[in-house]
Amino acid sequence: MKNRSLVSINDYTKKEWISLLDLAEEFEKNPRQKILENYVVATLFFEPSTRTRLSFESAATRLGAKIVGFTDSSSSSIKKGESLNDTILTVSNYSDIIVMRHPREGSARFASEISPIPIINAGDGANQHPTQTLLDLYSIRKTQGTLDNLNIVFIGDLKYGRTVHSLVIALCEFNTTFHLVSPFELKLPSHIKQHIKNNNLKYYQYTELNEVIPKADILYMTRIQKERFLDPIEYEKVKNAYVLKNSMLEKAKDNLKILHPLPRVNEITIDVDANPKAYYFQQALNGVYVRQALLASILGIK
Amino acid sequence: MSKIRKELKVSAIENGTVIDHIPTKSVFQVIRILNLNNIENQVLFSTNLDSKKYGKKGLIKVSGKYFKSEEVNKIALVAPTATLIEIKDYKVRLKKSVEIPKQIFKFVKCVNPNCITNYENITTKFDVSIEDNGDIKLWCKYCDKYTAKDNIVFI
Ligand SMILES: [Zn+2]
Repeated sequence: MKNRSLVSINDYTKKEWISLLDLAEEFEKNPRQKILENYVVATLFFEPSTRTRLSFESAATRLGAKIVGFTDSSSSSIKKGESLNDTILTVSNYSDIIVMRHPREGSARFASEISPIPIINAGDGANQHPTQTLLDLYSIRKTQGTLDNLNIVFIGDLKYGRTVHSLVIALCEFNTTFHLVSPFELKLPSHIKQHIKNNNLKYYQYTELNEVIPKADILYMTRIQKERFLDPIEYEKVKNAYVLKNSMLEKAKDNLKILHPLPRVNEITIDVDANPKAYYFQQALNGVYVRQALLASILGIK
Repeated sequence: MSKIRKELKVSAIENGTVIDHIPTKSVFQVIRILNLNNIENQVLFSTNLDSKKYGKKGLIKVSGKYFKSEEVNKIALVAPTATLIEIKDYKVRLKKSVEIPKQIFKFVKCVNPNCITNYENITTKFDVSIEDNGDIKLWCKYCDKYTAKDNIVFI
């Protein structure tokens, strides 16, 4: 992985994902290692995303790296009309690796083509967010002891959720059985389903959440956004149908864990938080270890 | 007399290329894709000619010019049925049909309004795939979105 950009999860092989997860495990045991003391990590957030930025900066800081960058484009030369091309080429003079988030789709791929230093995509519009996928894989493996042969239930907005698309594609490498729960309007797009079919894996679609819970090893919850519906009445109809309440977990398997890419709005009620099956906050913390592993691997230190 | 007539009918050009069997509505697109509106050569074109095979067809003749395969394959997006006839000294030197290219660079716009290629000075890049019904679909190498045949806009 040395010096290689990570724009989409498919830029790395399954073997490389696994070695990153192994390394992340090492960082979880020992998160403070000053192995990047002589390195500068640039975090370029062309749109704000506090959660993702803090996770990357925490990862870099715990490894001893220095951080340069900006937190949204209004406070930078972008506002003066500088092109992405020029920003990347300038910043690459001052740093060893660039972590970038940008509202336009394809921006990170373009940056990786022109940049002399590696790029980590921290989200490009609705397109890719590969470190989220890696931390999801890490969380699944950690809680289940394996990534293979699991029953994974995706719930909510499966049409627009980029984290869902990337995770489904990644899980196709692990003989997953997919259970897809969504309103009709927000079904998983056919090109992602095609990917499941091409791998000869099983998937089942539901519009009801209750019946599928006893089958699940993982419940992957997502937020349904009002803006996704042309007809606001349709939104009102579905918004409460995909809410997870603690009382619904009575028949769940013992090993079940609940994941959510966060931020949550109301799709998981607060009473679930105290249930040991709730894993979403731990999942976010795992992001720091995974990002440490990624920085160390791309910079060629581990 | 009959000899002159025949020459006029078969090939009004001494040397150059005839692009035949163009869907009649695509003639102007082909002219633009091949940049024929900006060259010095003599260009003749016709639309709504009768065709046994296709009903109506269009045709373009370009004097003194031969095209490279990759150049002419670009027109396969709008004129997959087109055939190329190269003329040398009033005689047909070569006939070939266009082939749909595997990749497309530069001359098509990505349909995704939020694609970075629509904001920065970037050469667009697409992988071409053919759907079950024979329609062409372009996959943007930047934003990962598909541009369907009907949404193809030329730069
Ligand atoms: Zn695009």
